[in-house]
This record gives sequence, C-alpha cells and structure tokens, in this order.
Amino acid sequence: MKSASGFAAPGARQGSALNVAAVRADFPILKDSVHGRPLVYLDNAATTQKPRAVTDAVTDFYAHGNSNVHRGVHWLSQQATERYEAARASVQTFLGARSPEEIVFVRGATEGINLVAQTYGRARVGPGDEVLITAMEHHSNIVPWQMLCEERGAMLRVAPINDSGELAVNEFARLLSPKTRLAAITHMSNALGTINPVAQLVETAHARGVPVLVDGAQAAAHLSVDVSALDCDFYVFSGHKVYGPTGIGALYGKAAHLAAMPPYQGGGDMILDVSFERTIYNKAPFKFEAGTPHISGAIGLAAAIDYIGRWGKNAIAEHETALTRYALEKLAGIDGLRFIGTARERTSVVSFVLEGIHPHDIGTVLDQEGIAIRTGHHCAQPIMSRFGVPATARASLAMYNTRDEIDALAAALRAVVRMFNR
Amino acid sequence: MSDLRELYQEVILDHYRRPRNFREAEGDARRADGFNPLCGDRVTVFLVMDGDIVRDVSFKGVGCAISTASASLMTEALKGKTRAEAETLFTRFHDMITGPGAGSAETESLGKLAVFSGVRDYPVRVKCATLAWHAFHAALEGRGEPVSTE
Repeated sequence: MKSASGFAAPGARQGSALNVAAVRADFPILKDSVHGRPLVYLDNAATTQKPRAVTDAVTDFYAHGNSNVHRGVHWLSQQATERYEAARASVQTFLGARSPEEIVFVRGATEGINLVAQTYGRARVGPGDEVLITAMEHHSNIVPWQMLCEERGAMLRVAPINDSGELAVNEFARLLSPKTRLAAITHMSNALGTINPVAQLVETAHARGVPVLVDGAQAAAHLSVDVSALDCDFYVFSGHKVYGPTGIGALYGKAAHLAAMPPYQGGGDMILDVSFERTIYNKAPFKFEAGTPHISGAIGLAAAIDYIGRWGKNAIAEHETALTRYALEKLAGIDGLRFIGTARERTSVVSFVLEGIHPHDIGTVLDQEGIAIRTGHHCAQPIMSRFGVPATARASLAMYNTRDEIDALAAALRAVVRMFNR
Repeated sequence: MSDLRELYQEVILDHYRRPRNFREAEGDARRADGFNPLCGDRVTVFLVMDGDIVRDVSFKGVGCAISTASASLMTEALKGKTRAEAETLFTRFHDMITGPGAGSAETESLGKLAVFSGVRDYPVRVKCATLAWHAFHAALEGRGEPVSTE
C-alpha cells in the first residue's frame, strides 16, 4: 500500500509522524469496496471503524475467556473479572482519572449523561433551579436535561454560539447564576468540529460553585483528555467512537460525587445485601452497574485504548489536524460550497452545504462513489436552526484517513455540482 | 455515475429547480404537514376539494431533490382527480417505488410519475419520495396532526 498521507514514514513509529499506511493495514474494512469503488470512510464522527486488535480481543473473549464477572469462584470467572477490571484501569489511564473507582461502565456517552441527570441531577436540582448547557450540544446532552428540568420544575439555560460556531464564553459566564445547579458542555462539537475551552469553562463554573459535566463523545478520539487537570466533575465518552465496540462507554465522576449519588438502576452486582425489608447498595462504581455488564465490550474498549496508545494520541491528533486543514483548503474552492462551522479551534469535522443542492442528494451521489459521509441534522437540530439550514453534509476524519481520500471527496463533490447545476 | 441518472432523471432535476404549485392554497384549504425526522425535511400540502374532486393542491417546504420533485409532480398529477382516483394513484406510486418491479402497464398508468421508478434501487430514499404523498393523504382524511415518515 502506498503512503498517501504525506505524513507516513517507513517503519511503525519513527519520530512523531503517524504511519498511516501501517494504521490502514490494521483495519480490514478499509480494503473493502462499496458499489464497486474502494471505500472512503469519512463518517467517523458517527462511529469509527475497528482495528483487528479490537475484534480479535472480543472474539477471543467469547471463544476462550467467556464467563460472568464478580460471581464465581471458578477460574474462568476470576479471569473474566480480572480482565473486566483491567479494562476499567485502562479507561482510568485514558482519561487521567485518579482511581479506577471513578470509572463507571455504561452503554455510551448518552447513558452516562442520563445516569448523571437521573441520580446526581435529581438529588440536586429542584423547583426554580437552572441547568446550563450550550447551543452546540448533541441531542444527548440536551434531552436528558430537559427531562430532568421538566420533572423538577427547573429551567434549562442555553449559552449561545457565534456565527463561526464558537461558544460565547462571556455569555456562558453571565448565565451562571446563583440558581445554576449544573453545567453540561461538549468538549468538541460533533456537527461543527469546534473545540471548547473546557478547562476555562470549568474554572469559571467552579468559581460560582457550579459543577460541570463534559460530553467527550467526539473529543475522546481526537484530543488528549486529562480529567484531573480539567477538574471537571463528570466526563462521558463512547467506546465505538474511539475504535472500540458499540454498546460500551464510560462515565468518569469525581469519587466524592459517586459516593454520594444514589444508584441508577436496581439489580444484581449493584448490591451488597438484599432482603425483602431493605437492600444495602454496593460502593461506586459497582453501585451504578446493575446486572451483568458488557464484559466483552469493556475488553474490546481496552484493546482500542491500547491500540490508540501504540501510535500515540499526539501523533494521531497531529495527523488529523493537518488533514482537517487540508480538507478545508481542498473543499473551499468548490463552487457554491459554504462551511457550517468555522471555529479557530477545531479538528476532524468538516460540515458544509452546497448552494441549491440538498445534503441528502450529495450523500446519495457520494455513496455511489464509495464515499461515506453523514448528511442530515447530526442529532443537533438546534445547531441547524442556528445556521438556518435544515441539514448539512459532514465529512469527519479518523487516524486512518488520507489526503487521497480528501481528493476523492473533492472530486466527487465537483461532480455533484456539475450534475445538479447543469 | 451512470446509475445515478436513473435516480436523478432530468424531469426530477427540473421539478427540483423549479417546483410547480409551490405556494399556499387560496381560500378554504385543508392542510397537512409532513416531516422526515431522518433528514429534517418538512413539507406542507394544501388541498382544496370540490365535492369529490381535487380542485387544487399545492405545497411549501424544504426538501431534497427527490422529495421536492415528488411533491411538485404529485400536485400536477392530482388536480382534477376524484378522491378514489387519487388514492389509487398513491397506492400505485407506492408500489412502484417499494415493490420488486411493477408491471409496465401499472407504471405506464402513472404517467410522468414513472420517473421515480429509479427510487426502488435506493431504499433509504423511499421516504423522500413518499413524504408529500403521506401529507396529501392526511389532508384528504382531514387529519390535523403532522404526519411523520417514522
């Protein structure tokens, strides 16, 4: 395979440059064809592809390691428990948490946010209180708070964004009131690619005594995360957006919060002692993991974190940032193309519209060329309204994408323009 | 992109660029909204009945080439039809774009609407082509609530 990125160096790890050709060789799906054309996968903000290391880890667990965790005295169960808890330690390191007890396995970022809303939120938010979010949130960081506010008679406040898709930091600070019980902000926008200054936002909120949940669903794959340095109260991400399996993700919560929070769901594993009169709950994080967890998912996620670590997050981020810049330059010259989201601090997501051509039609034409992009509202309808479009087309990048693929995207978009504007 | 020419036929592109009956109806019209949550497309269909006859039908909204052209061609096809004829047309249209391949006689009876036969090969686009029809149907039934493709 030829080196297409311009960053590739021979050998697996030389200097800090990512060997993209070697990375691509680890992802079987990237050799596949769609509609008779080589797959160009540019829908990584929706989900990333999986390296063989991840699928092997999952298959191997089911083939030779399968057993339930925290249960049996038999050898297999002990092994499964060890691997499941080792996965928790991997996530701890990945996020920079102080202890594995601060990591709760959940189905994904969405469940992590719902867990916090339904436990911490319910206990903390009352009538007349406020929850503050931003105008660039994914539906998963809007709706759980809306539900909570409706239930508790509280008010949802929204910090606005400017025309570039950057958060109005001053407005965010202004909206932090004595009634604000919690702020929930995205680390990086899935629809615009904007990176929020989360450290600054957390500091501002904490200065007013407001705890902060950070939605890391998009950021976790692209940015280095250190929750201890950020000092955020909660952080959530999804495994499938960091090259891991679907159905697994993690919630980080400061130990003191997790200890004080009521349980989320009731069931096995979250208890210490049960009688019909009363139940004593297990300690965190087990208190929040009722029922048999997604063991193979956690093991697969640990394999994904290992895989990212093998190349180094800095090298990956450097490659993605350079490729994002390249994509912005390449697409800027296309007739009638307008970028949605032009923040200074951004990475890996390029949203755009073509004048007079609906994103769905763009998506269908590109699909015939083997190019997978996302078209629609990206589960962020308020952002679409903010920019006055019903939908956008979005190309989103990952560590395995190349300049050749961006060139293919640009060529296909020019063909779309020719086809519709004849 | 030769296959795409089957989907994006010239008639479809023409109706997308210059949709016909793209206006609110005058006078005492029934109306119904259609919404496709998958893509965020919205269409409002206005319908004026004269007894059993469709006297006027028009639409407003934003959508892709397939949904806009489908709404536009639908309004042309429905004017002057009886209620029963309109229902039959919808059924045949639906069968054409979802079925394994309608007989040529049925496709022929659809007239200009036959240009949508290519949609059959793009299952995710079927909802685009039927959005306005579902809204029309709701307006005909006099249902006030918006119809959703989901």
